[in-house]
Amino acid sequence: MRHIISILIENEAGALSRVAGLFTARGYNIESLTVAMTEDETLSRMTLVTDGTDDVIEQITKQLNKLIDVVKLIDLEEAVHIERELMMVKVRTSRESREEIKRTADIFRGKIIDVTVNTYVIEMTGTSEKLDSFLAAIDEDSIIEVVRSGATGISRGEKGLHL
Amino acid sequence: MELSGGQIVVQCLKDEGVEFIFGYPGGAVLHLYDALFHQEDVKHILVRHEQAATHAADAYARVTGKPGVVLVTSGPGATNAVTGIATAYMDSIPMVVISGQVPSAVIGSDAFQEVDMVGITRPCVKHNFLVKNLEDIAETLKKAFHVATTGRPGPVVVDIPKDITDPSIKVAYKYPKKVSMRSYNPATKGHSGQIKKALGLLLSAKKPMIYAGGGVILSEASKELIKLVQTLGYPITHTLMGLGGYPATDKQFVGMLGMHGTYEANMSMHESDVIIAIGARFDDRVTGKLDLFCPYAKIIHIDIDPASIAKTVKVDIPIVGDIKSVLKEMLALIKNGQNKINEKAVSAWWTQINKWREVKCLEYNRESRLIKPQYVIEQLYEVTKGNAIITSDVGQHQMFASQYYHFDKPRRWINSGGLGTMGFGLPAAIGAKLAYPNMEVACVTGEASIQMCIQELATALQYETPVKIINLNNRYMGMVRQWQEFSYESRYSHSYMDAIPDFVKLAEAYGHVGIQIDKPEEVRPALEEAFALKDRTVFLDILTDRTENVYPMIESGKAHNDMKLRVAIDTPINRELA
Repeated sequence: MRHIISILIENEAGALSRVAGLFTARGYNIESLTVAMTEDETLSRMTLVTDGTDDVIEQITKQLNKLIDVVKLIDLEEAVHIERELMMVKVRTSRESREEIKRTADIFRGKIIDVTVNTYVIEMTGTSEKLDSFLAAIDEDSIIEVVRSGATGISRGEKGLHL
Repeated sequence: MELSGGQIVVQCLKDEGVEFIFGYPGGAVLHLYDALFHQEDVKHILVRHEQAATHAADAYARVTGKPGVVLVTSGPGATNAVTGIATAYMDSIPMVVISGQVPSAVIGSDAFQEVDMVGITRPCVKHNFLVKNLEDIAETLKKAFHVATTGRPGPVVVDIPKDITDPSIKVAYKYPKKVSMRSYNPATKGHSGQIKKALGLLLSAKKPMIYAGGGVILSEASKELIKLVQTLGYPITHTLMGLGGYPATDKQFVGMLGMHGTYEANMSMHESDVIIAIGARFDDRVTGKLDLFCPYAKIIHIDIDPASIAKTVKVDIPIVGDIKSVLKEMLALIKNGQNKINEKAVSAWWTQINKWREVKCLEYNRESRLIKPQYVIEQLYEVTKGNAIITSDVGQHQMFASQYYHFDKPRRWINSGGLGTMGFGLPAAIGAKLAYPNMEVACVTGEASIQMCIQELATALQYETPVKIINLNNRYMGMVRQWQEFSYESRYSHSYMDAIPDFVKLAEAYGHVGIQIDKPEEVRPALEEAFALKDRTVFLDILTDRTENVYPMIESGKAHNDMKLRVAIDTPINRELA
């Protein structure tokens, strides 16, 4: 099953490679990984999407916790949470297809953020699944380039991952 | 007090109470070596290869419980240390390895003797640091010792660029008394509710087994373990790393378990209904085929590392905590009345175990005209009255030592269990002898392993560490040969060395005593002679039976009740098994 693990980690050189190295060394999957500094500049927040049986996920969280630089982590799947990913898609447009692409982007609440005579760049956020659906809904041959941030997430309500 | 970076490192080691530092100088650590030159508190032991520095420091830690300290230069000095760091990591040995690094300004430019030590060691250290500022040295070293010695111990690398140790730049020095890290708070006390529950299950057992590993030794919990085992009257088995935690000569000890464990230990594990794993990690050499491991047992697991629990084997009652503290709490519960065991069932269980014991699985052909390696270890045990520190390399000789030298006390059996590092034994013996100059130290090895760190014979001479090298020379890589015999129809592919050196001459060339023997009746006198030479390192080259194998053996992919045995004597149960 797919899990989103959110990690607070010391903002130090090498912290990212400790996490990435752990996954390769122990043969775990990384579907996506995002990392950036938090409001506290000594801490980074990492969101890691992985896939595995319950046993594997349990080992992953234990092994991550064992890394000295990891301050705290949660598996967002354990409670209700919100997940978002940012995507930018560059598509080739023709006079005939421009309207159709615009309409489809609107349906998915995407925004066109760059326009040339024969291209659009569409910005879209949502769950990874929604972004997949959008890509499936437009003509595959029109896609020039896709860039996705990987998922990030946050738990709903009062609960949160902080010191 | 204003000190340079190099002086700060040395002063930190003094303040940490470090007695020995094992190392080898080089360009990036010249400032550090100069700082070492001006003092006598921290004794530097110059090895002949950096791998040996790590093994010697590791063994010093294993015998004393104090962290071992290593100093190596950048590049090849650092990479040579990696095998020893990984060895310590696999066996959870506290060690601080200081490596020199090229000056900060040239890091990343492929400078002479530059290697990314922090990157290379990341998968085999508990943690590592690159020191970026002179002001950070003291705190980083304090953190390094703190991380290495607390929780589940392990090696920590501190990489220090050369410019940081520059003698011309000085700053105020203060060694922090304590250090706190918000991201590192290892558990100590176990959960009381879980301990109670575990004891309940343990007392209800009909066929209980106590399975204890190296964690008992690391936690200094031997006393508590003995008390628990003797209060309950249950059988106990040890892993390779646990040997000595419980006295091997006691009747409740059923021997080591696992691939080369005793028949009775493995059968007991297989048939048991409640197993308590104490500081053991269900290593594959212990479990055999996982699907068939202990099919009838409920399992209690005490370990300080949560990641060790349920890693390979599902556990019914996990307890995360320091072994000593958890066992103390368990003993207090027993004392306060929770102590009714199922006596009738346990007594029937012992009857069964004693029947398994009659297989006498460690018996071997004592009539042979060739020297049996088992006989050598038995004689070594007698000559040293079971009181020596035994280090070993890796292979058949290691298994023979673990099976036939009965360790009654912790920190006497020093071997590379997890990583299985050939070349460990001799430098380890030197590290152990430095720690305890008044104890006998013997290195049980083979002609293949000993050649991997043979150069340390020079270190043994320089620092006058009279260890006894018991070389079980079968002219084969014995364990490789054994596997090839069993699994590859005796195709001995490259497990035989031509041109084995004359070890007697070699020992003499290094300034030691060399003795070679090839007859069983020479074993005892040769050992006595070796140990009588109190102040000399003796290399005892013993030409043993070339074809001897280690039994019992659980071949890979098999269960605990499926052992290859050497049936050497005729008893009713052996007839039944045949």
